[in-house]
Amino acid sequence: MIDSASLLAVLPELILTAGGLILMLIAAYGGDKSAQLVNWLSVVTLIGAGVSLSCSLAHGPVAFDGLVRADAFSVFAKALIYGAAAAAILLAPRYFSVGGHPRPEYPVLILFAAIGMGMMVSAGDMLTLYVGLEMNSLASYVLASFMRQDERSSEAGLKYFVLGSLASGILLYGIALLYGFTGSTNFDGISLALTDGVSKGELFGLVFVLAGLAFKISAVPFHMWTPDVYEGAPTPVTTFFASAPKVAAIGLTVRVAIEALGPAGLDWQQVVIFVALASILFGAVAAIGQGNIKRLMAYSSINNVGFALIGLAAGTPAGAAATMSYMAIYIVMTIGAFACILQMRDAEGKPIETIASLAGLSRSRKGLAAALAIFMFSMAGIPPLFGFWAKFLVFDAAVAAGLTALAAFGIAMSVIGAFYYLKVIKTMYFDEPAAPYEARGGAVENIILTACAVVIVFGYFLNPMLDKASAAAAASLF
Amino acid sequence: MDGFPILSLMMAVPMAGAIACLFAGANQARWIALLATLVDLVLGVVLWMNFDQSGTAAQWQFQEYAPIFGRFAWALGIDGIALLLIALTVFLMPICIGASWLAIEKRVPEYMAAFLFMEVLMIGVFTAQDLYLFYIMFEAGLIPMYLIIGIWGGAERIYASYKFFLYTLLGSVLMLIAMMWMVHEAGTTDIPTLMAYHFDPKIQIWLWLAFFASFAVKMPMWPVHTWLPDAHVQAPTAGSVILAGVLLKMGGYGFIRFSLPMFPEASAQLAPLVWGLSMVAVVYTSLVALVQSDMKKLIAYSSVAHMAIVTVGLFAFNQAGLEGAMMVMLGHGLVSGALFLCVGVIYDRLHTREIARYGGLSINMPKYAVLFMLFTMASVGLPGTSNFVGEFLSLMGIYQASSWVALVCTTGIILGAAYMLYLYRRICYGDQKNADAAAMPDLSAREVWLLAPIAAAVLWMGIYPESFLSPMRSDIRALEARLASAAPAGDSQIKMGPAIPAAEAHHEETPAMSHGEASGEAH
Repeated sequence: MIDSASLLAVLPELILTAGGLILMLIAAYGGDKSAQLVNWLSVVTLIGAGVSLSCSLAHGPVAFDGLVRADAFSVFAKALIYGAAAAAILLAPRYFSVGGHPRPEYPVLILFAAIGMGMMVSAGDMLTLYVGLEMNSLASYVLASFMRQDERSSEAGLKYFVLGSLASGILLYGIALLYGFTGSTNFDGISLALTDGVSKGELFGLVFVLAGLAFKISAVPFHMWTPDVYEGAPTPVTTFFASAPKVAAIGLTVRVAIEALGPAGLDWQQVVIFVALASILFGAVAAIGQGNIKRLMAYSSINNVGFALIGLAAGTPAGAAATMSYMAIYIVMTIGAFACILQMRDAEGKPIETIASLAGLSRSRKGLAAALAIFMFSMAGIPPLFGFWAKFLVFDAAVAAGLTALAAFGIAMSVIGAFYYLKVIKTMYFDEPAAPYEARGGAVENIILTACAVVIVFGYFLNPMLDKASAAAAASLF
Repeated sequence: MDGFPILSLMMAVPMAGAIACLFAGANQARWIALLATLVDLVLGVVLWMNFDQSGTAAQWQFQEYAPIFGRFAWALGIDGIALLLIALTVFLMPICIGASWLAIEKRVPEYMAAFLFMEVLMIGVFTAQDLYLFYIMFEAGLIPMYLIIGIWGGAERIYASYKFFLYTLLGSVLMLIAMMWMVHEAGTTDIPTLMAYHFDPKIQIWLWLAFFASFAVKMPMWPVHTWLPDAHVQAPTAGSVILAGVLLKMGGYGFIRFSLPMFPEASAQLAPLVWGLSMVAVVYTSLVALVQSDMKKLIAYSSVAHMAIVTVGLFAFNQAGLEGAMMVMLGHGLVSGALFLCVGVIYDRLHTREIARYGGLSINMPKYAVLFMLFTMASVGLPGTSNFVGEFLSLMGIYQASSWVALVCTTGIILGAAYMLYLYRRICYGDQKNADAAAMPDLSAREVWLLAPIAAAVLWMGIYPESFLSPMRSDIRALEARLASAAPAGDSQIKMGPAIPAAEAHHEETPAMSHGEASGEAH
């Protein structure tokens, strides 16, 4: 039964669907010439979907008999997802225009991925979850191999596809087990069935679901695809992968863990703690030897996911709020850092990816070096930059939940992570200059980069707002 | 002065200067930095003049409060202890800028901006009244210092900058976890409230250790001091001055502001640990200093030894020890800063820190030799100079707590005299065996202007220490009272004789206590 309230609750998805389909037609008939138009229109579509979030909240929280939830949590996550997706679209044209044209399919694919991600974070049922996840994944596989003549890009797409399918299979198997033992695919139904204790079968289902989700958030030990895909995919796509889908997958994990598996909290807490610490440690140690900045960012994202999961491990409303705040701050840093990485181009405009090429950047491109240094210090969690606050929130939630040892261990390992961020700064500031980059960056890149840097430096003034929004988001889960 | 946000202004001025420097040319940046630091010095003087030193005054003055950051607030305020350390900071900053005037040639605007930002953070550390605000200021100092060592440092600068950064970061992060725990327990981030809060003694041990990890590295205490010689040797002269002069004091300030008042029981229980490490530090680093062939390394090791005197003074749990520790911090800030400047003066001329490359400088650089002599003597702790007052009080204080610690730590004074005089002899006396060293010109007017104010301050502190003891007296008393219930019983309890009739005791009134201790120490 479809009622108008349900339709209004999924208004953002409807807008994106309509926009995506229309733009697909424009792209099909207009060809590559229409790329710029499609680009801007897709950003407009995303903004429209963002504006309609307030409308969907008014008609939430439960739509389609519990299949979809339009609550404060989904609104918070969707706002981040749409913002990150728009940034990924805006950053792309300049990259694709080198040695070819920008192609109009790119923004359309991102729109479709955004629909999938929106469904992921507002899923109220395992089936909605799966459909959303697959929708996002399918678009992502294509995006990863978007430079189809490029061997690395094709390899990245194939690898992503094979491993992604495997993970989807694991997830589906877990869903099937949960359905079999609880008799429901609905989150509330599963939660209800788990209240009388967790049976072996339910435990298996829980572990498989978490394993499938861990793949999507690239948490250790399901992280293997990340460095290769990040490195091989075109840089704007990597920007996208590192930001929006991360928020969606983490948001999804938080929702499933708390709404569906809440009564089994003690069971999944151990899993989450292990995955979090393993991701922090592995992400930090493996990044040290990297010479490619995109690979470095891949390990950095693994590392950051570990920190975000510490908030979830706390299992409290404050913890869930901290995890979502972490993602909000994380995507700003990541998009900013990638806006810098996209400007790493030699004199002819060809992209360069080695960290060594950053040497002496602080003398040839002062502003760019300062911005990248800000993002790196911030990711390392050094105050007074905003990245510190992200870490602060998750550790604070862990301490409040009595997990002091976890917090102490995690924060001590963040020092290892600081080392490789420092390495990038050292290369830019202490080393003798290498061959200079292209003299000027693109206007759009510079605007995004500056905006991100401003948020990271002055972010503490946003604290009251962020606290309120993330607390409301978390409250809607409990 | 009521209600005027002078502390915020003192942080805003260098911040504005730092931003202006980034957009200025080299020479403009120098002048902007000098101007900003001088304005801050004037503000510091105004702050001191308006600070109410009477015993009846409120403990916390110039308070500001703005809850703009959600979980924590922009809360500032100072007591006498913070006032003195702020004064030290604003006093040394213009001198640092002056010392870098010619020595820094490349990337001047960024250099000046880093220094001014450093000043903002140092003032922030000493004024913060919110636990998290303190942590942010405390930790943020890593960024400018990392850049100062790494960009403008010597040959091994990259290794030194990493070591400095990671060492201090690892020390501090555990403190953050302890802070979170405390805030959840006490329900407030307000430092004055937390200073009066009673934590469970069992938990106190853990909290104390977490704070200790941070402050011991910052101080630095043996055996976590190894970052300091590297950082000092590689940093540019002004970087060493600010590192030795102010940054090391953050460790001592941390002990006196957090560890002691917030965890008195744990402090008392773990005092033997601090004493033990300090005793090792005094003897070991003094001996290491004796065999150094690099001037900066020698002074760096001497800093570790002096800081150990600070820690024993702090953990003496009495007024003499605490006041002495503060005075050593202030005196050492001035003297070690001046010594690094003295090294910088001859380094700028000959570009080597090898002691053996110099000799007989008193012949061709008489003015330099006189000032260097003064600071050498001050470092040794000659009466009449700043360090004498502090070291004497500290050792007197620790004698009441443990005579063995006092005995071992006093050897530091003897060893200090040995390595400092040996250094002075090798540099200023003897034959002019190196022609290039013999040809060096004496101090320029700029260099005299850098060293003369420090010399004046050193003598002032030595001759009339009351000016510096009076602002902090009531705060130290309050701290002593807070510690009184937990303070360990000393092993040198002086048996009081039967009460002497008033008529007889007339000639030795008030300072009877210190007389008693002084004679006790002579045994």
